[in-house]
Amino acid sequence: MPPLLEVKQLHTEFRTGAGLVRAVDGVTFSVEQGETVAVVGESGSGKSVTALSILRLVADPPGRITAGEVLFDGRDLLGLADEEMREIRGRDIGMVFQEPMTSLNPVLTIGRQITESLEQHLGTDRQAAERRALELLDLVGIADAPRRLRQYPHQLSGGMRQRVMIAVALACNPKLIIADEPTTALDVTIQAQILELMKSLSLRLNVALIVITHNLGVVARYASRVNVMYAGRIVEAGSADDIYHDPRHPYTIALLRSVPRLDRPRQARLDPVDGQPPDLTRLDGGCAFRPRCRFAVESCGQAIPPLAPAGEAGHSSACFRSAELGAARDVAA
Amino acid sequence: MSGAASEAPLLEVRGLAMHFPISEGIVFSRQVGEVKAVDGVDFAIGRGETLGLVGESGCGKTTTGRCILRLERPTAGQILFDGQDVSRMERGELVGLRRRMQVIFQDPYSSLNPRMKVGDIIAEPIKVHGVEPDAGRRRARVHELLSVCGLSPKFADRYPHEMSGGQRQRVGIARALALDPEFIVCDEAVSALDVSIQAQVVNLLEDLRERFRLTYLFIAHDLSVVRHLCQRVAVMYLGRIVEMADCDELFDNPLHPYTQALLSAVPIPDPRVEASRQFRAAPGEVPSPINPPSGCVFHPRCPMAVEGCRQARPALRELRPGHWVACSEVH
Repeated sequence: MPPLLEVKQLHTEFRTGAGLVRAVDGVTFSVEQGETVAVVGESGSGKSVTALSILRLVADPPGRITAGEVLFDGRDLLGLADEEMREIRGRDIGMVFQEPMTSLNPVLTIGRQITESLEQHLGTDRQAAERRALELLDLVGIADAPRRLRQYPHQLSGGMRQRVMIAVALACNPKLIIADEPTTALDVTIQAQILELMKSLSLRLNVALIVITHNLGVVARYASRVNVMYAGRIVEAGSADDIYHDPRHPYTIALLRSVPRLDRPRQARLDPVDGQPPDLTRLDGGCAFRPRCRFAVESCGQAIPPLAPAGEAGHSSACFRSAELGAARDVAA
Repeated sequence: MSGAASEAPLLEVRGLAMHFPISEGIVFSRQVGEVKAVDGVDFAIGRGETLGLVGESGCGKTTTGRCILRLERPTAGQILFDGQDVSRMERGELVGLRRRMQVIFQDPYSSLNPRMKVGDIIAEPIKVHGVEPDAGRRRARVHELLSVCGLSPKFADRYPHEMSGGQRQRVGIARALALDPEFIVCDEAVSALDVSIQAQVVNLLEDLRERFRLTYLFIAHDLSVVRHLCQRVAVMYLGRIVEMADCDELFDNPLHPYTQALLSAVPIPDPRVEASRQFRAAPGEVPSPINPPSGCVFHPRCPMAVEGCRQARPALRELRPGHWVACSEVH
């Protein structure tokens, strides 16, 4: 069976005052039915733009998807008419964003935001839609659902709003939910509740999940496969175990080494990633991580290393020296 | 407490409370309630020590920091800084205090004036306090502070928008150091930074602590950074300290049910550890500080709560040497 979603050589550019920014520069990855895939990276790595490009929500201008394919259930989303794309968004692909306050409509009741999508996409009648909305609020763990349906977003707490966002995303039984930093704005105990909820619903309803995050802990707890992004490219991809216990890209290794651990006493000074984040308007024809890389050699400046198999099957790294990096294995342990 | 027990603490907070009034009406404004942001907090910080103050949004950790800095006038309680009560001081008296106490804020974007050059931002406290009237020597001092914070002196002529988040945070730190303070409140000082930059700034704060014998109150919600940087930790919930202990003791043997829930909610960046962990989410959400629950404020969410927890507010008790817990059900 082909994967549910296949992103192939996706390119998205932004024209800015400072020059052309290749925010997404040849991203390729896939998502199988019902699995949880993480896209992890720091600010400016292109992880959110990747999500927006899949959904075709990149504002044009200044942004533009310039090349690539996004095959969803066999259809190339990039080739669809706007009208067809609007049908897929919210019906086959649900979305959960970081800020539940700005992604919910402040002047519509919670109930209306759920029923709207049902009426729009599935042609459900008012009454059936309201019954389904009640069911959905129950499903996402909101108590006292009949009262909540008549309330407005500002009457709910941040965690509760994010539950509503999940209910909206689930309303039309999507096959895929894209969650962009779904819990970053929430407190840690609420974050845990929301992530547990998403994970259990995805298993129960067999919905695939793309979780976009900067939090390495969240990835370790919830994702089965991981894509690490840096400067618009996927620099390493593999199973969560491969990424954390046998990382083959210097950026992944440096990132894992730089985070302090809650589960063990302080060992030594932190070992940070040297240097500053890349300036995307000034990338050259070499590896973008090269200026901060402890393993860089001359060839790193001459060509951009492609994502190539490294380590176990299904594990790949975009580094010319990935084979040698096997010696640095198990930085997490 | 770490540090010599004989030495008096640099900072001692006793019974600190900060209640903000809620008023209604415009013409006939009247008070209809109050937000008990901080509601009876006691702790002390020894010289050269770093105390972590952790908790979720709305727990009162930032307000506690602002009261100590006297950016707020607390409703009740004492703040003894080097033996002197600063909680009731007036504006004029506070000037001397401000030189000894500084702050590093969370957001390196909004805490630097975008219209000022970096050099002027760092020089401003030196100017305001009249420490160095000579412009040339002031400039030299700015260059020294920049290089102490790992920035090239050429940044003095730049504007904040020309710098990355990590570089801006270094400017905020240089400004805090400008007056040679003894005590710095770091309010979420590394929270807004990317993972790869965060470690650089954490190391810088550590180096500065040693080099200038600084004392920190490190307010943060990221518990892993707190474990790395602090000697002691106090956990706040709804305006009160629920647990306080030496760092490793608190993280290895948390006794308060809230601390336990908080720690188990934090995912560890290692899938093998995560797979073996027993995880239970704390039910419900943090109640409103306008109308906090009776008795122990955590009882509506607590798996251990008994009838008595609704009635009496548990006092912070020392259950093991140096390990304080505000729960009547742990012994």
